[in-house]
Amino acid sequence: MFKRAVSPCLAGLLLAGAASALAAAPGAPGLGAPLTPEVLAGIELTVLPTGEGLPVGRGSVAQGAALYQQHCQACHGAEGQGGMNGDLVGGVGSLATATPKKTVTSYWPYATIAFDYIRRAMPYTAPGSLSADEVYAIVAYLLSRDGVVPKDAVLDAEALAAVKMPNAEGFYPGE
Amino acid sequence: MEDKTLVPVAGNGLLPLGALNRRQLLTGLGAGALALPSAALAAGGRPSWMQGAGAGMRGYGTPSPAETVGRVAIASQPGTTGSGASRTPLAALEGTITPSGLHFERHHSGVPTIDPAAHRLHIHGLVEKPLAFSLEALDRYPLVTQLRFLECSGNSAVNLAAPEAPDLDVATLHGLVSQSEWVGVPLSVLLEEAGLKPGAAWVIAEGADAAAMSRSVPLAKALDDAIVALYQNGERLRPENGYPMRLFLPNYEGNMSVKWLRRLKVTDQPAMTKDETSKYTELMPDGRAAQFTFTMGVKSVITRPSKGYGLGAHGIYPITGLAWSGRGEIRRVEVSADGGRSWADAALEGPGGPGAMVRFRMPWHWQGQPATLVSRATDSTGARQPTREMLVQARGPQSLYHYNGQQRWQVSTAGDVRNSYV
Repeated sequence: MFKRAVSPCLAGLLLAGAASALAAAPGAPGLGAPLTPEVLAGIELTVLPTGEGLPVGRGSVAQGAALYQQHCQACHGAEGQGGMNGDLVGGVGSLATATPKKTVTSYWPYATIAFDYIRRAMPYTAPGSLSADEVYAIVAYLLSRDGVVPKDAVLDAEALAAVKMPNAEGFYPGE
Repeated sequence: MEDKTLVPVAGNGLLPLGALNRRQLLTGLGAGALALPSAALAAGGRPSWMQGAGAGMRGYGTPSPAETVGRVAIASQPGTTGSGASRTPLAALEGTITPSGLHFERHHSGVPTIDPAAHRLHIHGLVEKPLAFSLEALDRYPLVTQLRFLECSGNSAVNLAAPEAPDLDVATLHGLVSQSEWVGVPLSVLLEEAGLKPGAAWVIAEGADAAAMSRSVPLAKALDDAIVALYQNGERLRPENGYPMRLFLPNYEGNMSVKWLRRLKVTDQPAMTKDETSKYTELMPDGRAAQFTFTMGVKSVITRPSKGYGLGAHGIYPITGLAWSGRGEIRRVEVSADGGRSWADAALEGPGGPGAMVRFRMPWHWQGQPATLVSRATDSTGARQPTREMLVQARGPQSLYHYNGQQRWQVSTAGDVRNSYV
């Protein structure tokens, strides 16, 4: 898994960087105000590939299909393809061909990315309006289109983090 | 007696660097005195604007109404506004600073209208003290100044992906690069105040736009030269460049310098956000993709002559352009007028320095001959800008991002210029 491959070299960089940067900050006035857990809970959006940050909730493929029609299909097409803005599914197995098709199911390495992105940025005209249950359901529906999860799948935090994406091993750290 | 300033230094008419300074040559060669616009000679030598008092002062100046240059190729995602990119009109500009109003834009959900008094930068995660900083507070920290280029890693990608050279101008091809003087608070100072916990390795940055755009930054970079930028070219950031504060990561792909910076979460791993997996990764011919290719490579482009900025009367013309590298200072820019068969060193101008653009110039004697103009830059690591062929060979046409191939401009006998691969 990529995370493990990159960590050792970064740890080395870190020690060197931390030592010099943390030596002193002359004139720093120390004006940061305490950030309370209550404020933080209202703004935290990050979901890590491990599943850390996923909220409580659950949603099924069937629920997701209905929600998709309502919130997503105007831009992304019926059933995740053919819309005016980027296909979300299809293209699995196409990456090494002359016409690669990069979609959620064919390219994205972790299912957590879909939850993180939909929750923070979608629907385009009303980001933040979907409940956690609704986001789980829409992710379940999209993944089911290419058989990444079964048609009767119900996703929650644990199940989503456990999903193995078709291109999970497709990335390597570049130069 | 032969005039040495006219003896070419490379094929197809490239002249010694001093040639452009020789006024007598210009007339002697028939580049000629340019015809004065007739309006300037109206009213017996006193033009209209000398016949009465001019306009008064203004609170904030704007360009002359005669100057119509603007950002180009504004393209939004279908069905949206403000999601897309606009490009710096490189051919219309000189020097090395991009006016703030012409800095390229790339937005994922439009430009937010932020109340600066209500905005906070939150720092949390693997820190001893989670903190929130107001703009007012950050203004009291020690500020640092960085003259730096910023380039979208998707800049110039069409020249890699399109099998035939698209007939596009330099702004459309390469205008996702700009340079500003950025002033801000070193991020290391703020992270020190929060206090890093053991295991800290990444900082997840998030913007206050509707997309809450998010990228993972290696902690080593955050502690090195990253700043929370508050000012651009002497004034507060423009809204489209992150007002009231943005992350600025010198030399890294532009997408990581998260605008409208709202939250920094210190973690032990990257978040693998949408924009560092589905975008900004380089798909190789074998179907695998290079990820976290942060640093922008050595690059140059001739901005004039270029498409839309062609040649008229025969004579001596300046060839000029910009060069930059995320890996070191620009040390050399070579120019060719014969498609790369022969090269000559261009003159370099500008403050320069690590992560800064330089302006290059080369005099050229054009007598109506067809030509292919090319530039190639070399940085202080010794890296030289590759050709398109080298990059296609090395990574295939689908890798899209971080394309830094040499730009070739084909000049016709009529003086028209177009993009070329040959």
